[in-house]
Amino acid sequence: MTDTAWIDNALTSARPQAVGALLRYFRNLDTAEEAFQNACLRALKSWPQNGPPRDPAAWLIMVGRNVAIDDIRRGGKQAPLPEDEAISDLDDVEEQLAERLDGSHYRDDILRLLFICCHPDLPATQQIALALRIVSGLNVKQIARAFLVSEAAMEQRITRAKARVADADVPFETPGAVERTARLAAVAAMIYLIFNEGYSASGDIAEIRSPLCEEAIRLARLLLRLFQSEPEIMGLTALLLLQHARAAARFDSDGAVILLDDQDRSRWNSKMIAEGLALIDKAMRHRRSGPYQVQAAIAALHARAETPADTDWTQIDLLYSALEVMQPSPVVTLNRAVAVSKVRGPEAALAMIEPLAARLSNYFHYFGVRGAFLMQLGRNDEARVAFDRAIALANTSAEAAHIRMHIDRLMRDSALRGAKAGK
Amino acid sequence: MLYAILCYHDEDTTGSWSREHDAAVMKKLTVVQEGLSKQGRLGPVARLLPTTSATTLRKNDPPVVLDGPYAETKEQLLGFYVVDCKNLDEALDVARDLGKANPGGAYEIRPVGYFTPGSAPK
Repeated sequence: MTDTAWIDNALTSARPQAVGALLRYFRNLDTAEEAFQNACLRALKSWPQNGPPRDPAAWLIMVGRNVAIDDIRRGGKQAPLPEDEAISDLDDVEEQLAERLDGSHYRDDILRLLFICCHPDLPATQQIALALRIVSGLNVKQIARAFLVSEAAMEQRITRAKARVADADVPFETPGAVERTARLAAVAAMIYLIFNEGYSASGDIAEIRSPLCEEAIRLARLLLRLFQSEPEIMGLTALLLLQHARAAARFDSDGAVILLDDQDRSRWNSKMIAEGLALIDKAMRHRRSGPYQVQAAIAALHARAETPADTDWTQIDLLYSALEVMQPSPVVTLNRAVAVSKVRGPEAALAMIEPLAARLSNYFHYFGVRGAFLMQLGRNDEARVAFDRAIALANTSAEAAHIRMHIDRLMRDSALRGAKAGK
Repeated sequence: MLYAILCYHDEDTTGSWSREHDAAVMKKLTVVQEGLSKQGRLGPVARLLPTTSATTLRKNDPPVVLDGPYAETKEQLLGFYVVDCKNLDEALDVARDLGKANPGGAYEIRPVGYFTPGSAPK
């Protein structure tokens, strides 16, 4: 670690709390962000000499607020940084502030900051970009890279999203229990979106985007530390950990997808798995199930299986049927059908997905799964049709390459059969 | 005299280590541990999972289970147990039994991620 890395770490950790509190003071996102930036500049000057403050977030809030108030008084004129002596005796003030702002206050500040990023008017990609910028503090360049767009385009996207949020009524009063629960659910969904943005990438892009998965895990842990008794937040954190644990095994050296059955399980991250399993264990005690907990439980059954043959598909089928009730969606049914194919065979599974055809007619995975079931049933011509459709709908070259592998196998099969028939 | 050495660090920092970095740190620690172990001086070593996985049992009457780590500052860390349990419920049962024998204060229950039993003299 370099000399200043600890400062970067401290600033990143303190950011959500500090920006959240500054937003409550100023009720304006730009002012809050600028105040935080100014406080960071001062931290970079002061901390290497004076050492880290006992509570970096409280220090940054205090300094950020004072500088911004000075700026506002001066009519927004650029002011030079005050002498170090002027900000050197912060300890007492900091202590008072820390006492006044108890944990619950901070909690709602951070939740509010996350919550304004999930404004329902904002499309998902803008929600994610805004959260990465405001809450995580990634710079525009880093975010643009993750989304494979130019910096200018991303800058514009974030500016637009911010303007939209600024126009909306940001709720500043302390939320009631019902409101808090609703905000928490919206924020959890956004964190899951950030994760999926990283998780669904493949090939070279997977490497570029894997920081999104890590950032989502960091935010989920943050949320869990603020809301320690929410089983769904435990479930969400567990789900992200268990899925990300497989990252190193999900692609081959050419960036092609490796399916769960074929992954080298020794490359799974056992530390993340242990943490994910412990969190589910903790969540289950509450006997308040929810979609994240169920999905985490499914991921846990995969994580617990030492080989693909050890997978408890019967239990996975049951969990998916519970998820179908909680969150009815054709995609959930499609996933359940994969478990059904392992427990009751491809015929039952195929029957299960037939009714989904209309709703999933543009969904890559539907045709991939359908093709696989048909192939298992020896209905190769129909399988070929499904696979061709899947390739046409593939979102990434890795997806297309994976389906092509199935088609190659089909062609080898029929060539073999043709040769046998010819004899 | 046996000494316990309790480890403190910012879990945001250690949690953001890459797998390689983490492995490198553990390897360096193992070298130190092996030196002690050869001299028969090393007792159990444990690395705990993050505080997000913690549960606390307040030893009131009746005891109260709280999610999260032990967060008060008015009591001090006085000792610890390492117990093999099937799951959190079983660990909480053990903590309740201990609490009955010695009421007052609290137990924080944390899953252990890494453990070596050690062989220090009694």
